[in-house]
Amino acid sequence: MSKNNTVFIGESKSFRERNRRSNGYLLKHTAGQITISIVRALLMFGLCFMIIQPLITRFSVSLMAAEDIYDSTIRLLPRNVTLDNYRIVAELTSMPQSMINTAWISLVMSLCQIVSTTLVAYGFARFEFPLKKFWFACVVVLIIIPPQTIQTALFMSFTHFDILGIFKATTGSDINLRSSLIPYTAMCLTCMGLKDGLYIYMLRQYFRSVPVSLEEAAYVDGCGTMHTFLKIMLPDAVPTIASCFLFSFVWQWTDLFYTRNFISGYKIYSRELSNITSIMGKYFARNATENVTVPLGRQMQLIGIGVFICCVPLIILYAFTQKTFVQSLAMTGSKE
Amino acid sequence: MKNRVKRNHWYEGITEAIQMYIPGNKVYRTIQARRARTGTLFILPLIIGFLLFMVRPLYLSFIMSLSKVVVVEGTMSRFNISLNILGKNLIVPFGNYNYAFVSDPDFNKLLVDEIGRMAINTIATLVMSFVIAVILNQNFKGRTVCRIIFFLPVILSSGVLPGIEKQNAYFNLMTSISDAVEKSSGVDLSRSLQNLLSVSGVAQEVFDVIFKMIDSIYDIVMASGIQIIVFLTGLQSISPSLYEAAEVEGCSAWESFWKITFPMVSPLLLVNCIYTIIDFFMKNDNTVMEHINTLMYGTQMDFGAASAESWIYFGVALVFIGISTFIITRAVKSYE
Repeated sequence: MSKNNTVFIGESKSFRERNRRSNGYLLKHTAGQITISIVRALLMFGLCFMIIQPLITRFSVSLMAAEDIYDSTIRLLPRNVTLDNYRIVAELTSMPQSMINTAWISLVMSLCQIVSTTLVAYGFARFEFPLKKFWFACVVVLIIIPPQTIQTALFMSFTHFDILGIFKATTGSDINLRSSLIPYTAMCLTCMGLKDGLYIYMLRQYFRSVPVSLEEAAYVDGCGTMHTFLKIMLPDAVPTIASCFLFSFVWQWTDLFYTRNFISGYKIYSRELSNITSIMGKYFARNATENVTVPLGRQMQLIGIGVFICCVPLIILYAFTQKTFVQSLAMTGSKE
Repeated sequence: MKNRVKRNHWYEGITEAIQMYIPGNKVYRTIQARRARTGTLFILPLIIGFLLFMVRPLYLSFIMSLSKVVVVEGTMSRFNISLNILGKNLIVPFGNYNYAFVSDPDFNKLLVDEIGRMAINTIATLVMSFVIAVILNQNFKGRTVCRIIFFLPVILSSGVLPGIEKQNAYFNLMTSISDAVEKSSGVDLSRSLQNLLSVSGVAQEVFDVIFKMIDSIYDIVMASGIQIIVFLTGLQSISPSLYEAAEVEGCSAWESFWKITFPMVSPLLLVNCIYTIIDFFMKNDNTVMEHINTLMYGTQMDFGAASAESWIYFGVALVFIGISTFIITRAVKSYE
């Protein structure tokens, strides 16, 4: 492009000249911007540091050999760097197996949860049917009721599982479903899993915010209900659904309550982690015959490593997904 | 769908509702009936799940709260007490509730304490997460890293992870020691600031609350992971063209914040507020939950009283959610 002779404000002039031309506005504006970014940087740095400081400490402690922990001259950087602790923790939590189990079970369960909650949320957001208020109250109950309240009863009903006495009549005994995956899968598919009420609520809130005219247009054009849902509503809802999926995956991954009660037949990392202290005693007793009680500092170190291992896959997962799900949201906004 | 026929009797609504599902009559063929059937199909998973997994446990726990449960013998009998209601002596099965409010030495105090903390924490969490989300939504260097770090609390405060280190005796010892050290020797910045300000005669109680918040800022940030993400998705969904238009019309950043950003995200305020309240009520380190758990699985094994207390707790949570929903929907409506 050829340059013409007109001189625009801010083009190839010194800052002072440009400032003069704008009657001091430029200086004020720039100063404001710089102040804001400094304050923002300080605030962000402080808060971020506060969040990751425990993780950093945990990581550096995890590399320390046993004698370093009690050396008061060592604060953050280990003197004898060792990866041996990781090996011990991996053995204590029966690592590869428990991690693989955790990964696929979390994936399957959160998929089940998201499918069922999306359907239910859409039903609540868009349809009028008898008893709608009542069922929504049930969703609120789901959100609010602490699982501990119903734990015992559920536990019992799965240990002696029976539908209206059919199994007892035919085979002579009820089935113990406690160690299998069936009850928990069924619960996830029917919106009774971990925090499912919350997902229903969030997705419903989202579906309600989509203008009805979109669907009406689809209906006028001859789309069926299911078709409209799959072709019109779902593609736009993907970011919200993805964030719900991410939450459910994370919570499933670290969950102890449901895994302990309903999937006790599988080695799950979170449960292994919760037992780590008691296993530790046995582990060290087997290796060194005389010392059975593990020193507390060492205990803390190993538990810290366990927590660290638990977090790392989730952090990596989020680091990869956050861009897609946060930015695809920005795209949905610009449509209306 | 709103133009319903005027009903002459109360039961006509019910018969109409039933007719919607039975083929071969006039109501069945209407568009409302078809929509109602589709809607019911959509929420069918929830209905099945609720009937299968929720009703019986809830019912059992409610019955337990009305009875005297002796776990060892496995017996359950009505826990009757006589109450003086409106001058009449009535025999009612509220013995456990009576125990919770009158005889239990801790329950009332813990409940009131938790409610107070909940109110302060909810407000602090909402403000904090909103501010952080607004900052994270701006363009600055290292935004991606910050977003990843602010997601960490979601992981770190979920499931087994927060409990695992707290249950360790050594950890408790360490925190109490570090607290003691801080109190005796270290300069407690917020404390000295507090003294300074209260000397200058500003309202003491207000500052007490604010300084309590500042002291517990780590807990607040840890509790606001989900809220930040929810707000962030809301902020992302605001179309940039709105801001452009506002800027062209001469809006300052401050004005467009209050006229565009705030009204657009305010529906999410309700979701977040409810989530924060529930999260606070359901947390494992919540003292009331702890109290109920020890009552249930501790030496007393008093299932009846524990159930009664958890029902009371549930009721209180419900009341607070109702109040906050009422306030926020009013406040949000005024913006529209």
